[in-house]
Parts: sequence; C-alpha cells; structure tokens
Amino acid sequence: MSDIIQKVKNLSIGFKSKKGEEILILKNISTKIKKGETVGIVGESGSGKSTLALAMMGYVKHGLYTIGGECEFNSSNLLNMKSKDLEKIRGRKIAMIPQNAGQALTPNLKIGYQIDEALQLHSDLSEKEREKKISELLNKVRLPSPETIALRYPHELSGGQQQRVAVAMALAGTPDLLLLDEPTTGLDVTTQAHVLELLNFIAKDTGTSMVYVSHDLGAIAQVSDRIIVMYSGEIVLEGPSRDILKRPIHPYTHGLLKSIPKLSLAGLPESMPGSQPQPGIIQSGCSFFDRCNFSEDKCKNNSPQLEFLKELNTSVRCFNYEKLLKESQVNQNVNKIKNNSKDKEILNLSEVSISYAKQKLLDQIFNRISDDNPTVKDININIKKGETIALVGESGSGKSTILKSIAGLLRTKDGFIRFDENRNLSSDLKERNPNDLRIIQLIFQNPDESLNPNHTVEEIIAQPLKLYFGLKGEELNKNIIDLLQKVRLGEFYMSRYPRQLSGGEKQRVAVARAFAAKPDIILCDEVTSALDVSVQAAVLNLLQQLKEDFGTTYIFVSHDLAVVRAISDRVAVLYQGRLCEVGPSNDVYKFPSHPYTEVLLGAVLEPDPDIKPKLVAEDIVEEKPPEKGCSFQGRCSRILGDICKKDIPPWQLTDSGNAIRCHIPIKELQKEQF
Amino acid sequence: MTVNSIYKEEKKSAFQKVSEVIITMASRPSGFIGLSILVFHIILAFISPYIAPYDFKAINPTLMLQAPSAEYWFGTDDLGRDVFTRTILGGRTALTITFFGSLIALLWGGLLGIFCGLVGGKIDDIVMRIVDAFLSIPWILAMLLIVSLLGTSTEVLIPALGFFYGKGIVRVARAATHDVIAKDFIVSARARGHSNFSIIWNEIIPNVRDAILVEGAMRWSWMLLGFSSLSFLGFGVSPPTPDWGLMISNARGLMSFAYWAVIAPIVGLSSLIIGINLTADAFAKALGIDRSTKAPV
Repeated sequence: MSDIIQKVKNLSIGFKSKKGEEILILKNISTKIKKGETVGIVGESGSGKSTLALAMMGYVKHGLYTIGGECEFNSSNLLNMKSKDLEKIRGRKIAMIPQNAGQALTPNLKIGYQIDEALQLHSDLSEKEREKKISELLNKVRLPSPETIALRYPHELSGGQQQRVAVAMALAGTPDLLLLDEPTTGLDVTTQAHVLELLNFIAKDTGTSMVYVSHDLGAIAQVSDRIIVMYSGEIVLEGPSRDILKRPIHPYTHGLLKSIPKLSLAGLPESMPGSQPQPGIIQSGCSFFDRCNFSEDKCKNNSPQLEFLKELNTSVRCFNYEKLLKESQVNQNVNKIKNNSKDKEILNLSEVSISYAKQKLLDQIFNRISDDNPTVKDININIKKGETIALVGESGSGKSTILKSIAGLLRTKDGFIRFDENRNLSSDLKERNPNDLRIIQLIFQNPDESLNPNHTVEEIIAQPLKLYFGLKGEELNKNIIDLLQKVRLGEFYMSRYPRQLSGGEKQRVAVARAFAAKPDIILCDEVTSALDVSVQAAVLNLLQQLKEDFGTTYIFVSHDLAVVRAISDRVAVLYQGRLCEVGPSNDVYKFPSHPYTEVLLGAVLEPDPDIKPKLVAEDIVEEKPPEKGCSFQGRCSRILGDICKKDIPPWQLTDSGNAIRCHIPIKELQKEQF
Repeated sequence: MTVNSIYKEEKKSAFQKVSEVIITMASRPSGFIGLSILVFHIILAFISPYIAPYDFKAINPTLMLQAPSAEYWFGTDDLGRDVFTRTILGGRTALTITFFGSLIALLWGGLLGIFCGLVGGKIDDIVMRIVDAFLSIPWILAMLLIVSLLGTSTEVLIPALGFFYGKGIVRVARAATHDVIAKDFIVSARARGHSNFSIIWNEIIPNVRDAILVEGAMRWSWMLLGFSSLSFLGFGVSPPTPDWGLMISNARGLMSFAYWAVIAPIVGLSSLIIGINLTADAFAKALGIDRSTKAPV
C-alpha cells in the first residue's frame, strides 16, 4: 500500500453556532490519493471542497475544528500533529498553490528573492546552487527570460505570470503532493488554458500528486485522472475522470453536466431547480432530495451511503444510480432561443472613443478630453430592438468600459450614443433626463455588491418604482410582489436581507430591480460569473423568458464564450478596445474567422476529456493598444507583415453578414486552420 | 425536514435591534463593567440634586479641611464645603455639555465626511486640506481663545467643543464612505439617477452609521477629559458650580495634607472616562467593528 500518499479517514469538520449547535462542514469524508495521480475535487461554493483540501495539509480554518477522523500523510495523522512537525511537511512534502497568486506574493519583494526564501526554507542548497535552481524553476514554469523575471516585483507581472511564479514557489521544495485551490479561476480564458497545460506537463514531468480544487468542471476535465464530486459536505460521486464526465451516475453530477452551456450547442441548457442547502440545515434524507429528478419516497427519509461499484471503480451516494447507469450518455436538451429582434434600431453607437488618460491642466479647464490613443476607439454598433448582443473579449478589452459609457457613468471622448434613431444620449449622467435614465438599466456581476446589505428586498425593489413612477403604499406593494413573482420569488422574500439569500436568489432580486424601471435596454455585466454552475442556467433562462415577455434589449458582457453562445443573437468581439468582429452568433461560432476569435474559441475549456483546448497565440498581456495598425498585431499568429503594423485593417463582410476587421482576405480567413 | 434556527431571521424593530446590541455588549465582562459604570454615572447625574446631603455652596469656615468622617463621608474642602455633595454633583455639567458637544461633533463631522467621500474631486481636496489645517492647531489654545472672547457659557462651550472634536470624525466618516462608495449598489443608484442627498441618506448612511457612532462614543470620552482640562484651567464652568476639573484645580495645592479633596473628583472623572471607553469598545465589538486590528483613519 505504499503507493497511497494521502489517506483521509472518516473526516468531519465543523463549527459551533452561537447557540452551541454543532454544524458540520465536512461529513464523514474518506478518500485516498495515490502517488502521481491528479485528483479533481468539484463542488459548488459551500460544498466543503476547500476545507477538505486544507485539511489535507493539516490546516483547519480559524473558527472550525476537527470533530472526528484523520488525514494521514505518510502514515502520520496531520490533524493532531504539533506545529513544529507540520512545518517540516508543509512546503517540503505538501505544497499549496493559492487561488489568487497576486495576493499570495509579497508586493514589495522581488520574485527571485521570494523563490529564494522558499528554497532556503525547504531545501539544503548553498547560495550558488539556489541561484541556479531559481532559473531552473522559472524555466520549468515557462516564464520568458528567467533572469529578468527574477528581478521584477509581483505587480510588474500579469495574472498568468504571477500564477506561474506561485507554481514555481510551490515546486521549490520538490513536494510529493501539490494542492491547488482554484488556481485558474481569476485568469483570462486564454491564460487559463496555458496554465492548465503547464500543470499537466508538470504532473507528468515530476510525478507529483496533485489535488485540484475547482468549481469549474471544464478546468477539472483537462487535468484530472480522478474526480471527487462534493455536495453539501459529502462526497456524492468519486471515480475515474472520463467515466464521471461521460456517464455520471449521480443525479447531481448528471444535472450539473446538463446545465453547463457548451460551444457546440446553441440555446439555453436546462436548469437545475433550487440551490444547495446551507450548512447546519439538517435533513433527514438525502441532501440532494429537493433538487433531484430521480428521487423516490425512500430518499426523503433515508440518507444513502457511499457505495463502491467494483466494475466501474466508482463510488456513488445514491439509491437510484442504476437508472442513470442505463442512460449511456448525458443528453443535453437546450431550449432554442427565439430571435425576436425587430428591424427597428434602438441604440446606435457611432465612432465612440473613451479615454482613461489623466488630462492636462489646459484640457481640464476647457473640459475636453485629448488622447491620441484612447482605451476604446472607433466603436460602431447598431443594436436592434429586442435582440441580445454580447460583447466578448479578455479582461482589458474594454467591454465593461463601453457598458459604463452607455449607462452614462463614464464620459466618452468622441462619438455619439443615439437612442431610438434620433435621440442623442449625453455621455454625462447629469445631463440625462429621468426618462433617459429609466430606459437603460444595469445588472451587475456580483449581487453581493450590487444590493445594499442594509436594505430589505422590499426596499431594494421599491427604489426604482418610487424614483421613476412615484408609487406609494398599496400600489407600490402590489408592484413589488408582481416583480418578485416574475423572477420566481415568493412574497415572503420581501422582508429578507440580501445576506439571507443564496447567490442565485440575490441575482434574481437584482434582475427584478432592473425590470422595475420598465427599461428598454438592460446592460448585463458578467451577470452569471459570480454564480454557481447549477444556478447559472436558471438565471440565464429567467433572463431569456423576461426578454421574450417584455421585448427588452440586452447588451450582454461576458468572458465566458459558452454562456454567450447560449444566450446571444449577435456577438461583438473586442480586443484592446477595438472591434475585431461583429456578427450573428451562429456564424461567429461556426466559422471562426478573425484570428483573435479563433484564439478565444480555441481556449474554451469544456467539461469533456476529449475536447482539448487549442493554444494558438501566446498568453502575453499587452498594456496598451498599439498606436498604429491592427490592435491584435502583437499576438496574431497569422500576421502578414508591415501592413498589419501600419494600417488599420478594413471591415470585410462575409456572405452571412459577419463583419471582420482584418487584412487577410475573407476567403483565406474562412479556411479551417486546424 | 427540520431547519435549524440559525438561518431564520425575522425583520426586527429598531427597539429590538438596540436591545440586542446592548445585550451583546453586556455579555462580555469588559462591556458589562463599562456599561455599569456609565449607567451609574448617568443615573447619579439625574438624581444627585435630590440625594445630596448638604448644600453644595454652603461655606462654613469652622469646618475647613475636615478629614472623612461619618458626617462628612469624603471630608470637606478649604471653604468647609462637603466634598461628597460636590463630587456627586460635579459630573452633571461635564456630562451634559460633552454629551451635546459629541452629538454636534457627530453630526457635522459625520455628514461633512460622508459628503466629501461621495463627491470627491476638488471639493473633497479643498475641504480636507482645511480640516487638516484645523487639526494642526492645538485645540486647547484655540478653545482658550474662543472662551476668553465669548465667555464660558454653555451656549459657547457646546458648539466650540463640538467643532473641535468633529474634525477627527470627518476623516473617519470619509474613510468609511470610501469603503462603501466603490460598491456596485452605489453605482447602480447613480446610474438610476438618484440625487446625492438620496444616495447619502438611503445607501451610504446605513452602511457607515456603525463606524461613525463608535467613533463618536470614543470622542465623547476624549471631550470629557478636554472639558475637565478647561475647567481645571479655569475656563470651563464658573464657581461655585461644582465640577471635577475645577475641584481638582482648587484642592491640588492642599494635596499633601488634605488628599481627600482631590481624590474624590479624580475617581469620579477617571471612572466616567474609563466607563465610556469600555462601553465604546464593547459597542464596536457588538457591531462587528474591530478597533484593535483596523485603525479608523
């Protein structure tokens, strides 16, 4: 049994509530991690996946305590070890890579110094040897010119590079086990794919065991040999990666895979009802009972045990897994979205430029903006009434900036924003009249921040109703109840505070607040990226339903191309604040043609072990858009030469109405590249 | 299916909320001690005119500097007045003046701070530099100047103290507002077109109220010390009104042989300040603001 490196036995971790009740975060977890194996732990927020990963290095978060069980590493229990002994194991034997490397690196120490520190602690090398080792490590994580990187400070590196440095530091002690807590979550799609590929390479190269914690099945699918699915503090499914993703035999995993939008399928996936029970809510039966499509009477009162199926090498916690065994594959049903856009134009952006540059004194006095190379430039988009247009691009592509300008929160440098064909909207909030403000509403990314924590749901939804329509008393109340019903929330939610709601419920309240103003256009800024996967589909379906009922126009910003594929009629691809491609989503996704669109689509991670991301361009990050020529010249793999560096590429139209901005002729572009 | 009670939370009335905070405060030993001292002083201030055994201004040369006895519990001072009577009455003026003074400080400091935090830009720059300029003036000198120009009446002392102790609150309120202002619910209210007043009243105040209240409570104890210093220097209340600062000042020359005349007002003053300090700390903890790890400014 020497090939088992970490053994978790009947582990329960929890906390005591104010009233002295014991509340379990982890319930009786047992699992093993073999040498050289990569194990993915998936689950929604609050499922206990991070707590389990931390327990594997003998750490229990402040406020929590071990109720029972042990975590055995090299046949010693980490959870009752003295901190002196733990120090010898952490870093040398077990290393951790945190979620946000930018925050895990000390900002005022050079990268080389920080790695050197890790080496001093975790190895017995001399100073000369350490110097060599630092270069070696930085080379291993594929950072360009290690010597110069070592002399830089963390803030001088991009997010992807910081994450690579964190990997290098973790490898400094040549650990046997590497714990990764959502290592790619905050990164751009293209960077994410590169980091995962690097981790895969390191796992093979060094034979290190890895435990990979993530909520993203797409990322897990790319790296792990084995997957553990957690729900509400329990392991509900554990088995080989391919089997779990292709033939999940637990209803939760089954439903989860069904609700994730895929690139290959247009339309909205089915949503999973309800949300995960919060810890401390004691249920007599199966914890997934409320949300399960396969439940029977016995599930209500009896909790199923984790059952090991020898022929499949899989453990499952369900009475009815046999029903799912019969289903050979996950059949994803999608609701095709109706394109109910009309010919009438509702919003027209013409020649819009936006600058963040600090203005000179003279310009400040004359209240004008001068900047030759603004952050966002030459944006021309016609938006038709009733359509959903999505702006996509990596962080820094200017998509949120454009949204802010449409909402009037950010002054434009040049250009017009025209509503309803003839009404110019001022780019200054103060110059817009109340009606102009009412017709455009915003829904934000993170409902925790967009809802005032000190207001009840009633007060939150009442604000636009009072402001725009002057409603009072009985009528106001009726309208609030009406709106809550539209977002599928009951009347009793009125007296609740945001902290008493789950993420999905909070976002529904935010949606209700936006619709309370009876707007013509709703700006959706990454509305699903803060939500759990199982809730995401439900919110998307709700948005689509409301749009069909009210004829609202959506401008949808997202970095998640699969979500965009599911909900949008038209897509605009942005790079460095310049448009690259605009066209109907079907065409953009079916025949990718602009080199940048190809890079983006290639990097999407799908929860399918057979679909590997295609890494086309380097994941370097450009600080500023180039002053001349094509915005994508710095990363383009199909660059033609001087023409791309000198001239701004012309718009080219394809037969299907797809507009592409590139010097390469359309016919060439549409040829399959891979 | 049974649901644990920890996630159930009904909408509470203001009274319920306040009583809950007080109960949480009293559940810690330090909070309990602080609250008891403070409540004791407040009750004493209300009832002392009725329970005082002697007239506080009755001068009796034959009873000069008597040591504490069964008749005169804390002894008598250099004019033969009963120290016990004067001590239990001595906190009344100080408490009243500083209480209203802190209220004024809280109001103007809090509102100006929130306003500066919200509007930002040049207005914020200008106002904050003025506040900085005032912060650099030793307050006691400025107070002495005001008092010598306008007199030592309550109508002068309350606003003057309120002004000088509100400067610090401006910074705290501004910092607390900056924490809130970046949140999306403010952006959302702005995009909807709410007025600045409505944003301050509905969105910001409920989120910064706790931090400002705690700061105000701390300022109260500092102001009490400040006011007593003024009295000690002879610029606070005027004789023969009993006041701790004044009593300490009068009796300090006789400390070597009539220590009782000094000790009683000192105990009164320091116990009140300690009481307010402990209460403010417990108040902060009950509201979830940790003053020990997070400096307010």
